Amino acid sequence: MSEQTAVVEQQKTVHLIFTRQDGPDSKPYKEEFHVPYRKNMNIISAMMEIQRNPVNSKGETVAPIQWESNCLEEVCGACSMVINGKPRQACTALVDKLQQPIRIGPMNTFPVVRDLVVNRGRMFDALKKVKAWIPVDGTHDLGPAPRQSAIEQQWRYELSKCMTCGVCLEACPNVNDNSAFIGPFAVGQVTLFNAHPTGALNKEERTDALISDGGLQQCGNSQNCVQACPKGIPLTTAIATMNREATKHMFKKWLSF
Amino acid sequence: MSNQTDFLNRRLHSLLGVIPVGFFLLEHFYTNYHATQGADAFVEAVNFLWAIPLLPVLEIFFIFIPLMYHAFYGLYIVFRAKNNVSQFGTFRNYMFVIQRITGVITLIFIIWHVWQTRIQLLFDSTPTAHELAMDTASILSNDVTAILYGIAVISTVFHFCNGMWSFLVSWGITIGPRAQLVSTWVWIVAFVVISYFGISSILAFNDPNFAINVTALQ
Repeated sequence: MSEQTAVVEQQKTVHLIFTRQDGPDSKPYKEEFHVPYRKNMNIISAMMEIQRNPVNSKGETVAPIQWESNCLEEVCGACSMVINGKPRQACTALVDKLQQPIRIGPMNTFPVVRDLVVNRGRMFDALKKVKAWIPVDGTHDLGPAPRQSAIEQQWRYELSKCMTCGVCLEACPNVNDNSAFIGPFAVGQVTLFNAHPTGALNKEERTDALISDGGLQQCGNSQNCVQACPKGIPLTTAIATMNREATKHMFKKWLSF
Repeated sequence: MSNQTDFLNRRLHSLLGVIPVGFFLLEHFYTNYHATQGADAFVEAVNFLWAIPLLPVLEIFFIFIPLMYHAFYGLYIVFRAKNNVSQFGTFRNYMFVIQRITGVITLIFIIWHVWQTRIQLLFDSTPTAHELAMDTASILSNDVTAILYGIAVISTVFHFCNGMWSFLVSWGITIGPRAQLVSTWVWIVAFVVISYFGISSILAFNDPNFAINVTALQ
């Protein structure tokens, strides 16, 4: 009896159901895998197990699962995917803490390239659109930077944690094919750069860009973004901060005509 | 210069929901609440409103047009969202969905209600406040109608109160999580109080004694 239990223990597997897609235009389909269980496994190591032995639950040899990942410590944002219905990073999704079968699919808000690989290019476009940077280029001496208070620094530090992972866009009901909303993260980035003493020199430009088509106004206050953000960025506070900026900006612009 | 029409449209939608549409809602509830003090008080309140100069102009420019803009731009917002409460079952996400559902219910109700109580007045060349009180009482004497009105009142008040919460966020008045939480409680209380006023008014019209009193007045 105890020997049998040991055998069962040895053969303990993890049941994974993937939503796969062979190419950008191909139809998505489901595929199941049973991979041998190891202690402290995460979704990435489970997928690496499939790479080593790409055999599905029916015993067919198939192409291994395709995904993107870099840092494996939840700071790069590359391995974002939908795991058991929640968008999150695969590297910090521990198998022991997930209900089986584990359902894994791509973040469909973005164009799927293959399997779990998505093109998050629209996020980079959004950052360019709202001018999410501080223009200090030049060869001349700009002098010392302005002094900053520790409280301001701490506020900006929270906002600076954004890794453009795309989870807030996947969670937002107003980011979809019918809407042009650039997403909550972009609002957080405008708040970040507008709050910087040097960045504030260009804050009108950023606010102006943020309230153009597909901007700030598309937020519907479902507040999913702040719940979903893996970095705990105060996105809804950033949105309301920019709402106040936008209100002031709007009246200022009207009155200066 | 980037295109900010979308921003201005959305902000206009938000503003009109409060001024004048939200203001009108409160005024309307206040007038109707007079019905709880009997037919006399209601007739007096209606006559007071009808004495306002240029009333049709006010009705068209301060109620009808802003309401239509708010309603149809609102429908456009409703159909652009991809609701996901099954994935994110948080309080605010439910509020987001209910705001959209109650918006649609309220619009359907308003069309019906305006037809029953305002457009019908146009067919009468010399409508009196007594006739209006009698008509309203006869509409609401039907229990099914009264229940439908009750549901619609709760839906409308919810839409107004939750809309006020969103308005305060969208204009940058309540910024932090604590301010927004306090605002949530304030509007929950407002929801209960305003709903109470609305439901009491319906019950007053539904009461058979109300109609008897109206007839007696005439």
